[in-house]
Amino acid sequence: MNFYVEAIASAILVFGGVFLLVGSIGLARLPDVYMRLHAPTKATTLGIAGVLIASCIIQSYRQESLSISELLITLFLIITAPIAANMIAKAALHHEIDPIERTKGQELIATAKERTSPPAPETEAGKETP
Amino acid sequence: MKQSSFRLFPMPFHSMLLFVIWLLLNNSLSAGHILLASILAIIIPWGVSSMTTERPRIKKPMLAISYVFLVLRDVISANFSVALLVVGPLKKLSPGFVAVPLDIETELGITLLASTVSLTPGTVSAEISEDQKWLYVHALHLENPEELIEEVKSRYEAPLKEIFGC
Repeated sequence: MNFYVEAIASAILVFGGVFLLVGSIGLARLPDVYMRLHAPTKATTLGIAGVLIASCIIQSYRQESLSISELLITLFLIITAPIAANMIAKAALHHEIDPIERTKGQELIATAKERTSPPAPETEAGKETP
Repeated sequence: MKQSSFRLFPMPFHSMLLFVIWLLLNNSLSAGHILLASILAIIIPWGVSSMTTERPRIKKPMLAISYVFLVLRDVISANFSVALLVVGPLKKLSPGFVAVPLDIETELGITLLASTVSLTPGTVSAEISEDQKWLYVHALHLENPEELIEEVKSRYEAPLKEIFGC
């Protein structure tokens, strides 16, 4: 196999692997469910994208024709990851799971759960600026 | 009621898309896969066409393409910043909730905005108010709520509004 193809694919694999690792570390380390959500939605999306793109390069080189399916999987992942994150956040809100104490804007949790408009003070100003 | 409005291709564009994606996923152009793709492309739209909502037209395709690249770039930079936050000292993190007022009205626009927010720097969209005027966002590291709201509105919502012309 061509050295340069292998080198590029390996570099992308390592890149993806590092982000997968960081995503997993985040999942284990972060203190509450809302914060833990951040690590897998972002780090893991890019990590898997990296692994799949490396696979795409190697497959395309071996078969001597472009291998698209990996790119499609990446695309599906990018579409579905935010939805999954959103559903987990919704579920956490509706089960009234408390975030850690130093979380700002905790008064918004009640209205977010009821799906109504947020309480007045600072938000009224925010409504007029745009 | 289904009888009266029966059509072979209720969603022609989606049928095409299904057909092409099936063949791409299987990486083949054999007769069997073409047959299977055609069957799927005809049957799946029958089942889901009643669930679709009104789709707004894309008014500015060029802007849509540049928006895709903006989001891709932000996804990558988001990963670096989140990676640093996750590995760094956790005591310094100050998470928070923000309510972003929405100007965009179409359902597709709101969906795209919420997805973008989830994929980009340190924010996950958590919930939307029933009247679709407020998007609740959780931020991993919140320094200044107004700044975050302003960034979401100017960086992502403004181009989306322009793309759909509303």
